[in-house]
Amino acid sequence: MSEKKQGSIVKVAGPVVVAEGMMGARMYDVVRVGKLSLIGEIVELHGDLASIQVYEETVGIGPGEPVIDTQEPLSVELGPGLIESIYDGIQRPLESLYKVEGEFMSRGTTLPGLNREKKWHFKPVVENGTKVGPGDIVGEVKETTLLMHKIMVPAGVKGTIQKITEGDYTVVDKIGVVVAEDGGKTELQLMQKWPVRNARNVKRRLGPDKILVTGQRVIDTFFPIAKGGTACVPGPFGTGKTVVQHQLAKWVDADIVVYVGCGERGNEMTDVLTEFPELKDPHSGEPLMKRSILIANTSNMPVAAREASVYTGITIAEYFRDMGLSVALMADSTSRWAEAMREISTRLEEMPAEEGYPAYLSARIASFYERAGRVECEGSPEREGTLSTIGAVSPPGGDLSDSVVQATLHVVKVFWSLQGRLAYQRHFPAIDWLTSYSFYKEYQKGCFEDKERGQDMERLSIEAMGLLEQESELLEIVRLVGAESLSPADRLSLETSRSIREDYLHQNAFHKVDTYTSMDKQYEMLKTILHFHKQALAAIDASVETADIFKLEVREKVVRAKYIPQEDMGQIAQIRDTIDEQMKKLQGSAA
Amino acid sequence: MLKEYQTVSSISGPLMMVEMVDRAKYGHIVDIELGDGSIRHGQILQVENDKVLVQVFEGTRGIDISKSTVRFLARPLELAVSPDILGRVFTGLGEPKDDGPALLADKRIDVNGSPINPYGRDYPNEFIQTGISTIDGLNPLVRGQKLPIFSGAGLPHDNITAQLARQATVLGKGEEFAVVFAAMGITFEAAQFFINDLQNTGAIEQAVMFVNLANDPAIERIATPRFALTAAEYLAFELDMHVLVILNDMTNYCEALREISAARKEVPGRRGYPGYLYTDLATIYERAGRIKGKKGSITMVPVLTMPEDDKTHPVPDLTGYITEGQIILSRSLHRKAVSPPVDVLPSLSRLKDKGIGEGKTREDHADLYNQLYAAYSRGKEVEELATIMGEAALSEEDKKYMAFAKLFESKYVCQGYYENRTIEQTLDLGWELLSMFDNVELKRIDIELIEKYMPRFRKNKTEEAK
Repeated sequence: MSEKKQGSIVKVAGPVVVAEGMMGARMYDVVRVGKLSLIGEIVELHGDLASIQVYEETVGIGPGEPVIDTQEPLSVELGPGLIESIYDGIQRPLESLYKVEGEFMSRGTTLPGLNREKKWHFKPVVENGTKVGPGDIVGEVKETTLLMHKIMVPAGVKGTIQKITEGDYTVVDKIGVVVAEDGGKTELQLMQKWPVRNARNVKRRLGPDKILVTGQRVIDTFFPIAKGGTACVPGPFGTGKTVVQHQLAKWVDADIVVYVGCGERGNEMTDVLTEFPELKDPHSGEPLMKRSILIANTSNMPVAAREASVYTGITIAEYFRDMGLSVALMADSTSRWAEAMREISTRLEEMPAEEGYPAYLSARIASFYERAGRVECEGSPEREGTLSTIGAVSPPGGDLSDSVVQATLHVVKVFWSLQGRLAYQRHFPAIDWLTSYSFYKEYQKGCFEDKERGQDMERLSIEAMGLLEQESELLEIVRLVGAESLSPADRLSLETSRSIREDYLHQNAFHKVDTYTSMDKQYEMLKTILHFHKQALAAIDASVETADIFKLEVREKVVRAKYIPQEDMGQIAQIRDTIDEQMKKLQGSAA
Repeated sequence: MLKEYQTVSSISGPLMMVEMVDRAKYGHIVDIELGDGSIRHGQILQVENDKVLVQVFEGTRGIDISKSTVRFLARPLELAVSPDILGRVFTGLGEPKDDGPALLADKRIDVNGSPINPYGRDYPNEFIQTGISTIDGLNPLVRGQKLPIFSGAGLPHDNITAQLARQATVLGKGEEFAVVFAAMGITFEAAQFFINDLQNTGAIEQAVMFVNLANDPAIERIATPRFALTAAEYLAFELDMHVLVILNDMTNYCEALREISAARKEVPGRRGYPGYLYTDLATIYERAGRIKGKKGSITMVPVLTMPEDDKTHPVPDLTGYITEGQIILSRSLHRKAVSPPVDVLPSLSRLKDKGIGEGKTREDHADLYNQLYAAYSRGKEVEELATIMGEAALSEEDKKYMAFAKLFESKYVCQGYYENRTIEQTLDLGWELLSMFDNVELKRIDIELIEKYMPRFRKNKTEEAK
């Protein structure tokens, strides 16, 4: 190792520190600042002056104090032990920090991202003498009951594998050696490092082909996200962005969930921390925490670490994708990330673009979302991994012309528009069905085992959307001339769309049954509502009064269909028979 | 040895530049001795080589360049604490302001505090009964929550904060309770109203006040909430008390922050407020909470006045993004003499679901408020419709909802500032109002709960029992 470079501080202004004597330092090298040895990153170089964004509070730091260049970019440690962890924005383990420093965060403490003491049982899957290259899987560690952690050859390492043996190792123990053709040896560990600002390598990128089932009716039925897709959830405060993100983190059909709490509330992270270990994954029955990783850089934690947190999160997510898994990343909220960029940029005295945001804002946002996707992973055996990214956006005043929203909409393929109006009516999730969109709708039918059912679902969702669209037009008329002037058929349409809104799209995240709805149950529920509509239309043709139809007892059953547990789904189909019976009776008495 | 300098090179607005300073530290404080011997206080905002930029809390009027002496105290802004701070009144800079004896400090604490490790937080889930139906029934407050009041000029937020301070209790527990009140740029009258109210109930013995009035130096306000929260943290996490912090008025705080930012010629964000307003507010609001293994808690009720009642103004907007909900006051309800005039529809408590239900309030609470909201919201919509087309054009059903909305405002929302309703009273009142609807219309409530709590069914039951 070469001598570490040392400079000294000349200027301190909030989270930005300028140091001199830094000739030879590289952009984005990590440095240790001042006597407290705070962690920082070089963001600007002028001659021998380096501007540093510091990841910790800088009170008490002053000129003359040392700055040491570690000559490494900001990296994360990847290996067994990531699952169930909670990290800050630069991968410091918060649980261990809590044990070391207590409930308040102090400064200058560094702890490795992965536990150095814990031993993992490693089982090789290749023999000594096998030729390996970057990304090749050489062995496995059973990390949790849900996850077989694949140990992969790090980037840039190629050659013949030797001395690989089964056994119990810590993440830094030698598990084998790779001998290159020129005789150079690289030791393999369970752990590898990766610089967070670079996307991890892949063999080939592929288009999406499946949807990511979330169990949220409005999303899965109307605006699905694909595995490997990108989505954004903008909305003013109080519209339930965080609840949507939490619901997705809980119920999404992915192997691994990385949840980045970027500049948001501390209590929200605590909520996740207390709730996830208790909740059971609907697919495996195991606690949800066993597939989750949390990055928590709350709003009062240093702003520069907030800037880094989304990169830390997505790098960890990519690492699991590379094992051939399906990974979902939730970032809440990307606006706070953008604000962190703005704050650093202001302190660097850069020329601002719109609303004081730096000119590179949209490029950074685009390259972040571009790290999502379905890929053919590097190395052998051949495998496919997906990384789906869902970002919340918090536009000021809910104004969608905000720079962050606009830059995000340029890149993402799914837009869930949260509306204050719906939230005030306590219609949750407050996703507006008329302005939201998804480019992945065509893959929806693929998630049903029964092909016919898939086709049918597509037809049902189109019909339901048509009714909702018609409702908005009819309501215009009602507003002008009153409901009396509508034809019975139109009145029925209004009533059915109300039923779609209230009995289908409205979903209670805190109700034990309603919180998650499988695709099959979604199909049954929607089919029932539209079946009622169809039968009612027929009844109207047979000159039955609309008021009598609306008074049918079976309607209460339709309303409460959402609370029927998954196991008793047959009951929903029975409701349709009851509808037929009661309609027939009505028609009989009308005739 | 403290270093003293007479090298002030420039003064502009609240800022002062001192040169040829040896090794000053960012964030530390200074004393400035003027030519006439008076002392002012300042904090270092930036250090560059030997140049130091200082913000002067009391303002720079009367400071001159040649005669002023700047003393570098080599420590951050600190508050001297001891259990004796209870019952005392301090200035916005943490100096005793009342006639009481000098404080013997147990220790001095950095007012900037440190962020709570998210892992070390305990989730707020203990219901606080405030006795106000619109809060308890619809937007329940829990211990460790930060729930601001969005008010406007001329609205009675002072009455509500006083009512909260007077009535807030946790059900069935006799624990130590304290109130920390930070006044930032409010009028003498407003502050006095609050103090008198506490005095009348005797709660003043359990209160600590930090008072920066409208005619006190504006820059001092930047420090005031931090002093208040430091005192609150001390009371909560060292003396095991449950602390209610009231910050009044955050809009004035933000304006002081804007003044500094403008003086530093920073690139302004929306409406001239600095781009870091969100982060700055977060360092205040996020100090509320509960900590694992500690008995005490900090519950925060910041008050802010929305300029022109505009919720999208940066101060309420950014506050709403940090706090766990908001209570919004309505001018139209206030005009209708509904008090407290809480605008129910846009108000929200994000932590409500964890603090209510069986064992905490009552099993029907969640379904009930969902239904009340939905019905009231529909009623208000119909009301709007009626103003356009006239009541005659409404359907029977719509009329029912409109009647409900009116009843809801006059019975449920309106209760005055001195009625203290228990949670049972609040819940039963909700059922009573909903009894005008048929079961099929109460879509948000579990049918079993309707049968158990709806007055018409309860009556049946009592008759059967007979």
